[in-house]
Amino acid sequence: MSTVNTQIPAPARPWQKTPREVMPTVIILVLSLLTVTAIVEFTELKGKLAYFLLFLPLGTGAQFFWARYKYGVKAAKDVIASSIMMTGAIAVFIPVISIVVTTFAKGIPGISIALFTNDMGEASFVDPVGSGGLLHAIVGTLFLILISVLISVPMGMLTALYLTEIRGPGSRFIQFMVQAMSGVPSVVAGLFIFSAVILTTPLDTSGFVASLALSILMIPTVTRASQEVLLLIPNDLREAGLAMGATQWRTVAMIVVPAAKSGLITASILGVARIAGETAPLIFTLGGADKLNTNPVYGIQSALPFYIWTGFRLGTPESVQRSWSGILVLLVIVLILFTLARVVGSNSKAAK
Amino acid sequence: MTLLENKSADIPAPREITTKPRVSDRIFRTIVTGVGALSVTILTLIGLFLASRGFATFREEGLSFITGFEWQQYTDDAGNRVSNLGIGAMLIGTILVAVVALIVAVPLSVFCALYLTFYAPTKVKNGLVTLIDLMASFPSILFGMWGYFVLMPSAEYWAKLLNKYLGWIPVFDVQAPLFTRSPFIAGLVLATMIIPIVTSVSREVFSQTPLDRIQAAYALGANKWSVIKTVVLPFGANGVVGGSMLGLGRALGETVAVFTVLNIVYAPNFQVLFGAGGNVASHIIAYWSDATEYETGALLGAGFVLFLMTLLVNFSADFIVNRAVTKGK
Repeated sequence: MSTVNTQIPAPARPWQKTPREVMPTVIILVLSLLTVTAIVEFTELKGKLAYFLLFLPLGTGAQFFWARYKYGVKAAKDVIASSIMMTGAIAVFIPVISIVVTTFAKGIPGISIALFTNDMGEASFVDPVGSGGLLHAIVGTLFLILISVLISVPMGMLTALYLTEIRGPGSRFIQFMVQAMSGVPSVVAGLFIFSAVILTTPLDTSGFVASLALSILMIPTVTRASQEVLLLIPNDLREAGLAMGATQWRTVAMIVVPAAKSGLITASILGVARIAGETAPLIFTLGGADKLNTNPVYGIQSALPFYIWTGFRLGTPESVQRSWSGILVLLVIVLILFTLARVVGSNSKAAK
Repeated sequence: MTLLENKSADIPAPREITTKPRVSDRIFRTIVTGVGALSVTILTLIGLFLASRGFATFREEGLSFITGFEWQQYTDDAGNRVSNLGIGAMLIGTILVAVVALIVAVPLSVFCALYLTFYAPTKVKNGLVTLIDLMASFPSILFGMWGYFVLMPSAEYWAKLLNKYLGWIPVFDVQAPLFTRSPFIAGLVLATMIIPIVTSVSREVFSQTPLDRIQAAYALGANKWSVIKTVVLPFGANGVVGGSMLGLGRALGETVAVFTVLNIVYAPNFQVLFGAGGNVASHIIAYWSDATEYETGALLGAGFVLFLMTLLVNFSADFIVNRAVTKGK
């Protein structure tokens, strides 16, 4: 009787590189890094840029010749391509990290509790950072978001429903128009509301008017995100609803929309994230108050982007510090919204 | 025969089969269609309002509103308004900044998209895609402040190097050694802003490359780079062009980030490294607060020109992307 070998062999992964194959690359990179350090130390080339400019060709070149020597020209080209793409990817992510780190580093010194409980009614932007605060700006931004959501979410979702449920003869055209609308520059949205509302109707600059401008930017975002979710709802569900004798309206309201609920919430959050930091339209439509104003329909208001903008334009160390604190608050809001959208969105995927 | 005829007499008239919707459905469809047409209405209204407010300017300035290199108006001694308003210099600035942004952003985005689609391990890929999406949702003023305080010192150094070694090329020449707040730096900031758009569009198109073609190439003994060169890039080229044009649309209309970084000077300036320039959007912001009524009309007219420009770019971008995406199916 032969013994049965019950041990399952580990699956072979022939495509994975063995340590022996990886070793030369690591050695080459370390060597070229050392060479670059030596060059930067002992010659006139200095600074981070020199590191970058030297290391890139040196590391890539050395790898190229190694691969060429070991595996041939084609493999060498492959090595170069992958190293360039990796560099490209890294170059794309340096700014993101830099932006987040800078904002936290520069914003945190100006953060205090007083910042969230005071407005700028008695203080000036050039005063020491301890006086005044951005309560009025936060309240203004919250009102802007609230009103824009009330306008854009129904509009955006109904447009998405038109594109996915009704699919009328104009769908393609409207799809095209929604895409075009999402490309409208924010400054044009502001100018449009200025000329169409402030110059034409008795309404003056206020939170409500600014929300109208922001809605123009938010509607296409909500539409496109909702449409993507609605397209994912299986047609079987719609047909099942119709086969049970429901009208189209009831099918949409009781089957399609509930099924897409979390995706639609994500769409709204994405829309909010789009407009929360918009500055340009506010310059024409908001007015920009220094005092807390809790009436979005009458009188000028402020908003976080506007507060940041004012602080930056004044340009003194104190006002710029206020801007950084404001931008930190804004970034935290955007990060929270972004995470919320992700969490809700991933829940919807898990449910399927 | 007779049997059949008898039978046919018994058959009742066919029931009317209709798809006529009920009242509730008709209301629903009317509302949804009405709102669906909203985007068309809004776009038309934007065009109409801006054009009508700028009409006085268009009539008075004529073609020189587009081609003129001067922006001045004053009241002469006799009390007549003398105006000479043209956005030509700013149009040049707009294109200059946007081109710098595209030159920097497009290769980086394509490399990044290729890396994400074909090289990155799944975990890394998911993380990086999240980061790109996050980057797309950063407010433009954040990019502007970052560009001014963080990027500018480094970029100024790069600009000096470029000028030192490539200064003999007219574009990299400067009329005075003023390297801060230049179109070059504004272009770099815009590049970071449009990278997420270009990357995600390119990634989408690359990931739709037919798998059978990729596998066929591998089966013929191609390595990754050969596959990318012979299969993926030819397939995705249109998508990359479309994505770049979407990015261009964004770069043309960007206001706050450009205004923050760029030294807005109303003069035609082709030297990317020299610290003066502007674009139409930032010009509108810069002149807005103390504009006279006539000037306001002119600025609204400038907004109309900007609107038309971005609309045109976006239309062509959509057209190209759609063609690229449907081609593979």
